[in-house]
Amino acid sequence: MGVAPAGGAQSGRDSAVVSPVSPNWIITSLDWAVNWARANSLWPMPFGTACCAIEFMATAASRYDLSRFGMERMGYSPRQADFLLCAGRVPFKLAPVIRRIYDQMPQPKWVMAMGACASTGGIFDNYAMTQGIDTIIPVDVYVPGCPPRPEGLIYGIMLLHKKIRGETMLDSSIRDEHPLDPGALRMPESNVDELSKGFGSSVHQTRSK
Amino acid sequence: MTDVHPSVEALRSEFGDKIGESSVSCGDTIVFVEGTSALDIMFWLKDTPDQEYNYLIDVTAVEHRDADKPLEVVYFLFSLQRKVQLCVKIALPKDGDLAVDSVVPVWKGADWLEREIYDMFGIEFRGHPDLRRILMWETYAEGYPLRKDFPLKGHFSRSEQLRQALHAAPEAHYSLEELEIADALGDLPEDMKDRLARGERAMVPGSKESKSNG
Repeated sequence: MGVAPAGGAQSGRDSAVVSPVSPNWIITSLDWAVNWARANSLWPMPFGTACCAIEFMATAASRYDLSRFGMERMGYSPRQADFLLCAGRVPFKLAPVIRRIYDQMPQPKWVMAMGACASTGGIFDNYAMTQGIDTIIPVDVYVPGCPPRPEGLIYGIMLLHKKIRGETMLDSSIRDEHPLDPGALRMPESNVDELSKGFGSSVHQTRSK
Repeated sequence: MTDVHPSVEALRSEFGDKIGESSVSCGDTIVFVEGTSALDIMFWLKDTPDQEYNYLIDVTAVEHRDADKPLEVVYFLFSLQRKVQLCVKIALPKDGDLAVDSVVPVWKGADWLEREIYDMFGIEFRGHPDLRRILMWETYAEGYPLRKDFPLKGHFSRSEQLRQALHAAPEAHYSLEELEIADALGDLPEDMKDRLARGERAMVPGSKESKSNG
């Protein structure tokens, strides 16, 4: 289970962002209250494309009961959601769609890549599939598994809560947003290319060109 | 299973040397027909009493691993009244032009099936009303994924694939007919209006020709 470093904005943040104001007890108390409210009322925007979405439905249903975390309100509209949960593989054809959905969500917003395919492309190392949604949008929490069990997903959500509780209003760069042009990549081209290097997978083929 | 399928005999007596070899595989009869007269044969199979293959189960295509073997377009026909099925194949040698007549005039359901074959194998269907890619996006420039000479990961690098994919506007899959309808409703973005006026399909974004040829 991996948690990406803080800084949800598209560009990431400059290193060593230091506020001139040092955190005093008012700010830390307010931070605590704001983060408590945010962490306990995440409104998910489920982007379910495959079997992970089934597992997510099981997590939302009564046995595992996401409403314990204040997450029972599914926002099937990016404008009424602050938590994009990508459950399943994302083919290249959906890449502009998920980026547009992310761009339409208001700040503050967080993203979780649920399952192997959303995190890395999984077994679909082929011509049609993005190799992880972090090539398109920034991701806060990666949940491995194929698909992850509801317990795994809930653990990922709790890690996200932990991350949200660590945010502070002094570091506004977390919420800075720089929407990318259509076609612009989030990371250097060489990083994206590196993702298709073989991992000892039997389907790995040499490119003909 | 040595009995010849009655439809194959009828086809031979009707079309003579337009009908190629036939065989039986796992109880299904396969018959090869000549590509140039395939449309007549399909109409005949559908409309002739005692044939009445009025249901097109599937259209698909095959490329064999043996590079010398021709591509095949495969039609699975079924007669709902007679409960009989027949598999018709057309062989397309790789050095000829990969085109057959569309059977959409015969069975309307062939529309998307033929688009899928066009998308995945690059076989052209003459007379198809709307021959566009259906699974890959409209500006996909790497070729035809199910051909044997297509590498599993595609021709381009990952970053180039992602760049082109992100360039594809989610609206760009609309056909010109759909764009006309949206235009009539006053519902069309400016760039799409422009495209509709030119009557053009979308271009590969920011591409030089050399790039899109892979």
